[in-house]
Amino acid sequence: MLSSALRILVIDENRIRAAIIEAGLREAGHMEVTLVDDVTGIAARIAALQPDVIVIDIENPNRDMLENMFQLSRAVKRPIAMFVDRSDTASIEAAVDAGVSAYVVDGLKKERVKPILDMAISRFNAFSRMERELEEARTELESRKTVERAKGILMKSRGLSEQEAYALLRKTAMNQNRRIGDVAQSLVTAAGLLGAGDDQ
Amino acid sequence: MSQAHQISAGFLPLLDSALLVVARELGFAADEGVALALTRENSWASIRDRLAVGHFNVAHMLAPMPIACNLGLTPLAARTIAPMALGLGGNAVTVSRALWEEMLAQGASPDLDPRSTGKALAAVVARRTAAGDVPLRFGVVHPHSGHNYELRYWLAASGVDPERDIEIVIVPPSFMADALGARRIDGYCVGEPWNTAAVAKGVGRIVTTKAGIWRSSPEKVLGVAAEWGEAEPKALSALLRALYRAAVWCGDSDNHGELAELMAGPAYVDCPVEWLKPALGGLIRTGDGGEVATADFFVPHAKAATFPWKSHALWFYSQMVRWGQVEANPANETIARETYRPDLYRQALGDLGVALPGANAKVEGALVMETPVGSAGASLVLGPDGFFDGQVFDPEHVDGYIRHQLAARLKA
Repeated sequence: MLSSALRILVIDENRIRAAIIEAGLREAGHMEVTLVDDVTGIAARIAALQPDVIVIDIENPNRDMLENMFQLSRAVKRPIAMFVDRSDTASIEAAVDAGVSAYVVDGLKKERVKPILDMAISRFNAFSRMERELEEARTELESRKTVERAKGILMKSRGLSEQEAYALLRKTAMNQNRRIGDVAQSLVTAAGLLGAGDDQ
Repeated sequence: MSQAHQISAGFLPLLDSALLVVARELGFAADEGVALALTRENSWASIRDRLAVGHFNVAHMLAPMPIACNLGLTPLAARTIAPMALGLGGNAVTVSRALWEEMLAQGASPDLDPRSTGKALAAVVARRTAAGDVPLRFGVVHPHSGHNYELRYWLAASGVDPERDIEIVIVPPSFMADALGARRIDGYCVGEPWNTAAVAKGVGRIVTTKAGIWRSSPEKVLGVAAEWGEAEPKALSALLRALYRAAVWCGDSDNHGELAELMAGPAYVDCPVEWLKPALGGLIRTGDGGEVATADFFVPHAKAATFPWKSHALWFYSQMVRWGQVEANPANETIARETYRPDLYRQALGDLGVALPGANAKVEGALVMETPVGSAGASLVLGPDGFFDGQVFDPEHVDGYIRHQLAARLKA
């Protein structure tokens, strides 16, 4: 069993994402997974590890260097091609969409490698989703704070109640077909420029 | 958006992405009904992959790259055509301060002359080999790049075997200066502003230029996904006209201040404005406090700089064979020749009354001075286009050229 286990190398500068991929691969029974976050000296690492599959973030600026190394195949004994089957366009598209690129030792059977690629793709997608949700939550929090400040400015400068101030912001947003947070931001910026109303 | 053609393009942060950037930012694309979306990428591999899966319709590409794609030399690639070049020249060779000191001791001249600096480098290499020192290590951005082939050409013609006497490694353009500073490499060949970056950081000395090694030589092209180009001929023609107008604008020195400001912006090259000025003005800061006026350092428009010469494609093919990247045979030669598409260039620009060369290929290195040539439309001046060692490349005799170069290597 051990002799036929695939050796997988994950190269990712984002350690959190790398850990998420590693966890997924281990859950799927792949125990020979190595993570690398810095490509300095990568040729020696690859020569020592002799990986069967290399998964790397498509945005990594060192991909040209890595591909050249694979093609010269001095560090790796067998030539490495991207994906197993060039005709599997659906997989290739899914990978590039997800931001994954993968290099696979020539001659490996497609059915052995495909689950690994699918796992990497789904974990990359899950990570992007998580990042997006985090960003949205952050924006939402910022937007709430801005609305609070905008309400304060309106209450002070126009003598409105908190409820009236909020209603005015909401009405303006609807009339202008904008988000309430954006209207609040404009108001805070304008008030800052005019030096009026904003205590900060 | 209300534009007739939506076109998505990828580019790398280099000065010679200027035609695409200017076409978008100065409105030349919009004038042709093209909504041009630009995406900055981190590697040529990423550009190639995204073109292959249709994220991009077209891209800023190393001039040999579409040929390498069509020859099947890359891991993942769609059929790619090059209907336009994105200028001539723009590269230089930079070495570390320590290597420059060694070259000076061997008589290197300070004026970027490739004969003198090449000879001095060969003497340094010979001395190091005799002393049993580790070979010098040079960086280029990609194996299928003008940088790789012109560096090797210069070294080989200077008496250095780039396969045996030194090591060539791949380094991303924007990492070159820091790799030099950290002594991971001893020198490199790259496009601007990444030579000037080493000068600005005080870690490098520019020793020669692409214009010095081969005057008026090809560097980047517009790579087009062939399937998309065939399905959308009107969109492609509109884009070529927009890029041509952008090239005219970039070629006017009155616009260079604005061009430098634009390209230095965070969405594009993202560097100090000062780093872009030497290439645009052709006044190269060497790194010793001196400046060397370099004719045709970067040519975005003049001398048919955007014309996709088949002789350029064939020269790249000859070098792929020379350095063992591809087998020499008539089928491969045809693939290389057919990758460049001057017919599409003529089709798109024919009605504009612009200067179009009369031929699709020329003997490279034959013009020793600026020469008016036969053209359809406005008058056209080409050249000089010489190789620094005086050799010429006749696209009618590719085999002979390759044989001559291989024989010279065996003799050495």
